[in-house]
Amino acid sequence: MTGAAPVVLAEGVGHLYAKTVALQAVDLTVSRGEAIGIVGPDGVGKSSLLSLIAGVKRLQSGRLEVFGGSVEDGAHRDLVATRIAFMPQGLGKNLYPTLSVRENLDFFGRLYAETAAERSSRIDRLLAATGLAPFPDRPAGKLSGGMRQKLALCCSLIHDPDLLILDEPTTGVDPLSRRQFWELIDGIRAERPSMTVLVATAYMEEASRFQRLIAMNEGRILADGPVSEILRQTGARTLERAYVALSSGNGNDDGGQDFEIPPRIEHDGPPAIRANGLTRRFGSFTAVDHVSFEIGKGEIFGFLGSNGCGKTTTMKMLTGLLEASEGTAELLGHPVDARDISVRMRVGYVSQSFSLYEELSVEANLALHARLYRLSDKLAAERIADAMERFGLAPFAKISPLRLPLGIRQRLQLAAACLHRPEMLILDEPTSGVDPSARDLFWRFLIDLSRNDGVTIFISTHFMHEAERCDRISLMHAGRVLAVGTPAELVAARDADSLDAAFISYLEEFDGGEGGAGSAGEPGASLTEAEEITGKAALVGLRRVRAFALREALELIRDPIRLSFALLGPLLLMVAMAYGISFDVEDVSFATLDRDRTVESRELVENFRGSRYFAEKADLATADEIAGRLQSGDVQLVIDIPPRYGSDLLAGRRPEVAFLIDGSNPFRAETIRGYLSGVVLTYLQARARSEHGNSLGGLPINIEPRFRYNQAFLSVYAITPGTIMLLLVMIPAMLTAVGVVREKELGSILNLYAAPASVLEFLIGKQLPYIAVGMAAYALLLSAAWVLFGVTVNGSFLGLTLGAFFYVFAATAFGLLISSFVTSQMAAIFATAILSIIPAINFSGFLYPTANLEGPAAVIGLFFPSSWFQTVSIGNLAKGMGFLQFVPEYAALFAFGIVFLALARLVQAKQET
Amino acid sequence: MRWLLNVYWLGRKEFASLARDTVMLFLIVYVFSVAVYVVAKGVQTDVKNASIAIVDEDRSLLSRQIADAFLQPYFKEAVTIRRDAIDTVMDRGLHTFVVDIPPDFEADILAGRETSLQINVDATAMTQAGNGSTYIYEIVTQELTNFLNERELAAILPVDVVVRAWFNPNLDPVWFNSVMQIIQNLTILSIVLVGAAVIREREHGTVEHLLVMPVRPSEIAFAKVWANGSAILFATFLSLLLMVRGVLGVPVQSGGALFFAGAAIYIFAITSLGILLGTIARSMPQFGLLAMPTFVIMNMLSGAMTPPEGMPEPLFYAMHVSPTLHFVAFAQAILYRGAGIATVWPQIVGMAATGIFFMALALARFRAMLATQG
Repeated sequence: MTGAAPVVLAEGVGHLYAKTVALQAVDLTVSRGEAIGIVGPDGVGKSSLLSLIAGVKRLQSGRLEVFGGSVEDGAHRDLVATRIAFMPQGLGKNLYPTLSVRENLDFFGRLYAETAAERSSRIDRLLAATGLAPFPDRPAGKLSGGMRQKLALCCSLIHDPDLLILDEPTTGVDPLSRRQFWELIDGIRAERPSMTVLVATAYMEEASRFQRLIAMNEGRILADGPVSEILRQTGARTLERAYVALSSGNGNDDGGQDFEIPPRIEHDGPPAIRANGLTRRFGSFTAVDHVSFEIGKGEIFGFLGSNGCGKTTTMKMLTGLLEASEGTAELLGHPVDARDISVRMRVGYVSQSFSLYEELSVEANLALHARLYRLSDKLAAERIADAMERFGLAPFAKISPLRLPLGIRQRLQLAAACLHRPEMLILDEPTSGVDPSARDLFWRFLIDLSRNDGVTIFISTHFMHEAERCDRISLMHAGRVLAVGTPAELVAARDADSLDAAFISYLEEFDGGEGGAGSAGEPGASLTEAEEITGKAALVGLRRVRAFALREALELIRDPIRLSFALLGPLLLMVAMAYGISFDVEDVSFATLDRDRTVESRELVENFRGSRYFAEKADLATADEIAGRLQSGDVQLVIDIPPRYGSDLLAGRRPEVAFLIDGSNPFRAETIRGYLSGVVLTYLQARARSEHGNSLGGLPINIEPRFRYNQAFLSVYAITPGTIMLLLVMIPAMLTAVGVVREKELGSILNLYAAPASVLEFLIGKQLPYIAVGMAAYALLLSAAWVLFGVTVNGSFLGLTLGAFFYVFAATAFGLLISSFVTSQMAAIFATAILSIIPAINFSGFLYPTANLEGPAAVIGLFFPSSWFQTVSIGNLAKGMGFLQFVPEYAALFAFGIVFLALARLVQAKQET
Repeated sequence: MRWLLNVYWLGRKEFASLARDTVMLFLIVYVFSVAVYVVAKGVQTDVKNASIAIVDEDRSLLSRQIADAFLQPYFKEAVTIRRDAIDTVMDRGLHTFVVDIPPDFEADILAGRETSLQINVDATAMTQAGNGSTYIYEIVTQELTNFLNERELAAILPVDVVVRAWFNPNLDPVWFNSVMQIIQNLTILSIVLVGAAVIREREHGTVEHLLVMPVRPSEIAFAKVWANGSAILFATFLSLLLMVRGVLGVPVQSGGALFFAGAAIYIFAITSLGILLGTIARSMPQFGLLAMPTFVIMNMLSGAMTPPEGMPEPLFYAMHVSPTLHFVAFAQAILYRGAGIATVWPQIVGMAATGIFFMALALARFRAMLATQG
């Protein structure tokens, strides 16, 4: 392709979510080397457009070409995926929190199939450029928001993309980190002018950095051109004003005046919030270090600071969510007490990450809040209607927050927090990701609350012009308060010309410029390399499998609790089952209703008394007691001996003796029946022999039952092979079952969608580490069987191990199939439990032989791997069979694994719909 | 009052969550219908349809009579095999029993010479081996008596032995398996549904949000218990009515209010355990691995599969912390034996006590769990 061909060409692109229009008739041409900013209010389709271009979302209508080919063509998508980098919305949503900085980068490098040397040099360069170099070993989950965003950017840059797509990359990032972030992007663009950059942003000052700006509203492009052109079109002074004008749909700059904040009226009485020496430690790390401040009633108090400086921790201590390690805090004159419900009624709280119910609609969420804050129905209806209007939520009333963009979710959180008209609001970055016009609305509301209703507002923010609206602000860094004062005081103290500058100056003074942006280093690799890579497709595929497998293994190692559950759980189960499962029926309790009371009747009962299978309970006096005794479970057998039993027997009149068995458990009843006919027969034979020296019927036969494989007829020998069969399907399947659906729930599945990797590579990569865990569990179980129960392999050890390997392969593939199919982790766990346990216990020859199954049970048994492995397990542990006898079983187990994987591949999509 | 209202409204929210997850709803329907049917019909705890083979080296009238005496529904038609095939068929589990009739068997019997007949039993087939060999023994004895006396064995016994099974006259295993399977499935469902709901609230941060609102941990916990519990109880009721009584035709004793009161207490106990597990595990994958052994042990050692008295005594007493053991005994007494409150009150006390114990532990862990979240 030539340099003149457009990188992105969209014609009439539309997108719908159910009935909601996200995009309509979007036309767009992006040329090579352009840097484009996309602005627009929340929920106008910016993210949808970027996801479509990145190939992460499936195109519904219109034509969309990226790098000269249609995004609907899977082969083309795979080909160009290595040239595109996509960084999704949300703070490092596509990172793996338990993996370190370097491991995250390493994974992305491997995914795009780079050689070790290449990877290492690029990682070093990127870390140096972003100031992450001092923390290569810190887990991504422990990084501050700004650092996470930088890491996510590094991850997308690792393969030297030709098209960089960033969806609100600096949302929730502090000003200093934000500045470094953009310096980094500028540096990279300077080196690689051919790289095309598409950025969606809510920060207007950021948007103005781009040569070309696209303003969107309601799924359409409103304006497209240079910044100056847009300013001219809207007649606005600043881009922020232009934006507000565009989104409100009219051209003039109304409501654009800066805020008139009425002066604050001093209130008497105790401060609303008083923190004194508040400290919180997590292990050796001090998150908040002796923080003290007082906030007066009705004051708007701003909390500023870099990401991860302890703002959130301080707020959580004030709400009682976290206990302070040291120091005290008072809210509305009361010491903070997690159990004090009355104070909570007077406070509203918005946490940093979305924390309302995604399964409830916007309206239902508000209604639930109203209920819990004890609003009357009438008041609740009024307030909800008011909130809907004030926060612009009405169009989304019936929609689940799951499908709403960040900005609208934040508005919902705010609306919910204010619903009960609290006396105090604690707001943790409530406006991150909210578009400027909605932010303005929100601030007007806050000012109204503060000035007219005397509500105290404690707010943290990264927006400097929001900080400027606060009565006082506190600058926090590394767990300590650096400065407190009015915005003007702070600016004056630093001799700065803006609050932004003052803030940065405070921070730089504190840590001596640590974490500053360095140079972006050498230019990246050329395109020829990418082409070379796609040539060796098979090898590359294997490398990607390895990338997925290594990452999954690392995550598993970082979670020792899960690993120990996976290994110790089976051991515990095996011990419990081997000891506990027994079909031995002994000490059957019986009672006699002896209506004869002769020597003969007592002789009959004596035979039962002497048997080790029976245990006698108190006699019955009348026939009326039979029902009660059997019903209560007191006895399981009643022997009813009729009157004149003795005389009838002696006279040869065949008296009838009734044996009444409790049939509620048929297996036990059947066994009791067998025992009792044995006892009776023995008794009668003995009588016959003593009377006429002849056995009954004159049978000269010796019938020998020979119990094979388990001479002593002990449960453990029969149970252990079955237990191993059962555990080796349950545990490996459970290990993989949440694997895929968890990534869907938490967002990292986007990496699969965006990467050139295939679904099968992803699945196999996920499966490999768990096969290893399954085999480790197998080794443990086998050792335990030997040490604890003396059950050893008397067939072929190799044969059993090979069978176990194929079986674990099939079981993990089964888990992946479930995981690809379900929509929630909960369903994955339940489905795995039910779908693996029922056939493994009932239809696989564990407790009941497969030989006598019929109908659907037989079919299920045949089409589930367990019955096949049971033959191998029993054969090698009990029956002493050889290696070669199991070839059909190996083949079947292997086939199960392949079929499960193939089905999972079919079910799991490569794109979002 | 306030407490009850909050529990009510939070519970309504649980219904909304459940209703959204269609795969989960489908699974719930499945486990209370198809899964019950297949297991009830498929599992044979008694000797039924047992697979038997005969090695007949005698080839006489008597040996053929014996071979023909193994009848449905207890045995599949006997297959004749060669002696040297015994090891193979048993190794592969093709037949659970092999009856080995030696040469000159009939001649020896007629001449009154002591002879022997061997029954090979696959003792790894626990449920069949014992009872099956007793049956075979009885059948062979019967045939021999017929052959020698031309009379039935029963007829020559001096006592007329009448065996009657109460509560399940034909000892039909479907009666037992259907209800026991429902209990096992509802145990798994209760633990997973409630435990996973706790973990999900933690993973999404909603539980933290609730705790800054005027809501107590106990309200959150009880909301989950009543909402999910009543859904499960309703499913159990439908399953007993439509599947067990309707499709499978099992005449379970009505039990009525008492049974459902007991079931409600059981579901409270088991969902409380689910919440406790949800506060112990830190993530969904951990929860899956923690819950699985828990419900498998509780089900297998509850008396729903094997007679509970068969357990070693210390283990039997240890299992009293499991509400499932109590509920199985309770359900068997009421649904099969038609027992009343006078009989089952110890089980009710057992279920309630374990439930309160689990709930108390779970509530004690609630805030600790948020702190460990970091």
